[in-house]
Amino acid sequence: MIFRGRVWCLGDNIDTDIIISGKYLSSTNPSFLAEHCLEAIEEGWSKKVSPGDLLVAGKNFGCGSSREHAPLALKAAGISCLIAESFGAIFFRNAINLGLPVIELKGARKKFKEGQRVELGLESGKIRILPAEKTYRFTPLAPIVLKILKAGGLLPYIGKSAHK
Amino acid sequence: MGMTISQKILAAHAGLPEVKAHDIISVKLDVILGNDISASMAIEELEKVGRPPIKAAEKIVLVPDHFTPNKDVDTAEQCRVLRRFAAKEKIKNYFEVGRVGIEHALLPEAGLVVPGDLIVGGDSHTCTYGALGSFATGVGSTDLAAAMVLGETWMRVPETIRISYQGTLGEWVGGKDFILHTIGKIGTDGALGKTIEFCGPAIWELDVESRLTMANMAVEAGAVNGIMEPDLQVQSFLEGRGQRKGVNWASDPDARFEQEFNIDVSQISPQVALPYSPGNAVPVQEASGIQIDQVFIGSCTNGRLSDLRIAAKILKGRKVAPHIRLLISPATPKIYRQSLEEGLLKIFVEAEGVILPPSCGVCFGGHLGILGKGEVCLSTTNRNFKGRMGHPDSKVYLTSPAVAAASAVRGAIIHPSLLA
Repeated sequence: MIFRGRVWCLGDNIDTDIIISGKYLSSTNPSFLAEHCLEAIEEGWSKKVSPGDLLVAGKNFGCGSSREHAPLALKAAGISCLIAESFGAIFFRNAINLGLPVIELKGARKKFKEGQRVELGLESGKIRILPAEKTYRFTPLAPIVLKILKAGGLLPYIGKSAHK
Repeated sequence: MGMTISQKILAAHAGLPEVKAHDIISVKLDVILGNDISASMAIEELEKVGRPPIKAAEKIVLVPDHFTPNKDVDTAEQCRVLRRFAAKEKIKNYFEVGRVGIEHALLPEAGLVVPGDLIVGGDSHTCTYGALGSFATGVGSTDLAAAMVLGETWMRVPETIRISYQGTLGEWVGGKDFILHTIGKIGTDGALGKTIEFCGPAIWELDVESRLTMANMAVEAGAVNGIMEPDLQVQSFLEGRGQRKGVNWASDPDARFEQEFNIDVSQISPQVALPYSPGNAVPVQEASGIQIDQVFIGSCTNGRLSDLRIAAKILKGRKVAPHIRLLISPATPKIYRQSLEEGLLKIFVEAEGVILPPSCGVCFGGHLGILGKGEVCLSTTNRNFKGRMGHPDSKVYLTSPAVAAASAVRGAIIHPSLLA
């Protein structure tokens, strides 16, 4: 799986309350959640995102609540892949379970500037800043995680496996 | 090589003689918990994949505690999803309004979680039950859905950070101050993806409710779970509560800990965590005089009987400052009844506080006591993230019930011993 898009940059400790506020948790409608995604940082943030864009953050991204609405909102906003120095443990699993790739990259926040175009290869473990300016390497995700991501998430993956 | 208490519980549930940090294992679960937000989403997801049969109905506990009593039509529909599912799957541990309390106060109270259990819950504060010597961790709705179907899940065995507490407690200092101080020391990612094992003489002196407060906030340091070895106090706490007995595990003397810290509790003052992080802990003296609009005493962190007793001790015969809104929510119906019988609710009402139903609503900005622009709340809850309790420009300071009650009277943050 290869993702190409612009990067959006956030800082350290972006919690799931910031990603999607508690008051919206009565909905599981992806487009409604996307509309309110990260609005405490910037009203209408998701409108800036083009489908396929990537999000880069500092340490402990997705800390806090276990709400799966957080990765769902980011995915529905058009984010194709998350790159951070580290992720909250529950968020990390939730994102994979929804088919949203999460890449740990040391010093991630300092490696990118907002608006840069990048190309990320999930299997190759390479992120290129376009046009071919610089390449960073990351440890590719485990084979089972790649299979879940290719299926679009854990439940579709289980569904596919069951029908084989 | 010896094992930690967490590793022993995981090994026992994986059917393995031994596990070590970083192993990926498949584990059988004892309790699978969901609330109106996480379980309704999980049930919807299961419907999308053709409603696979639920193998673990007897292990499922459903607690509609977040948007209850229902806030609006959408939240009423979420609860209907749970209610219908519970009836269809014959889930006996479903709690209706009037019987429902905040999940992490309710499950220990009802004896549904016991030492040695392996528990997943669709709520990050599921780690609370580690205070009883169980391995308990939060999961999202998809993992919850899979756990309900299979009765098992996969886990990565976490490394363990052991924190030992020594020394004598100061006046008005308790479990909440220990844990805020600890998160301040190690940071909100200090235990990221790891276990925190709490131990030491000052822990064994704490009552079980204070220990539940501490384990509750392990996730605020990034931990997968927080855990304590069960002792005689835990045994007596559990007596007469549940059907299951549990297994008491303890870490081996030669178990491997990734890091070890010592904390001298005699140096700890009552703590306040400044916005917007539970890691911004300072002694109350440094926050003294900060103006507040609302005070909240309640939640899965500090809504238990001992918390309300401390608040009542301070509020008795006093009134809250004229500009303060004091909200108090007993965490379960049983705590509510006991507070009523002990006269605590009378003290709160006479102090001009308002009693709320048992609910998570205030803490997560769901409903009840929402903050407007620029407003400040001093709260006994566990998170003070930006906008957590309302408007993005509102602020939350975290503290203990003692500091909260004293500050409600003063109208600004104050050390309880300075209240005239």
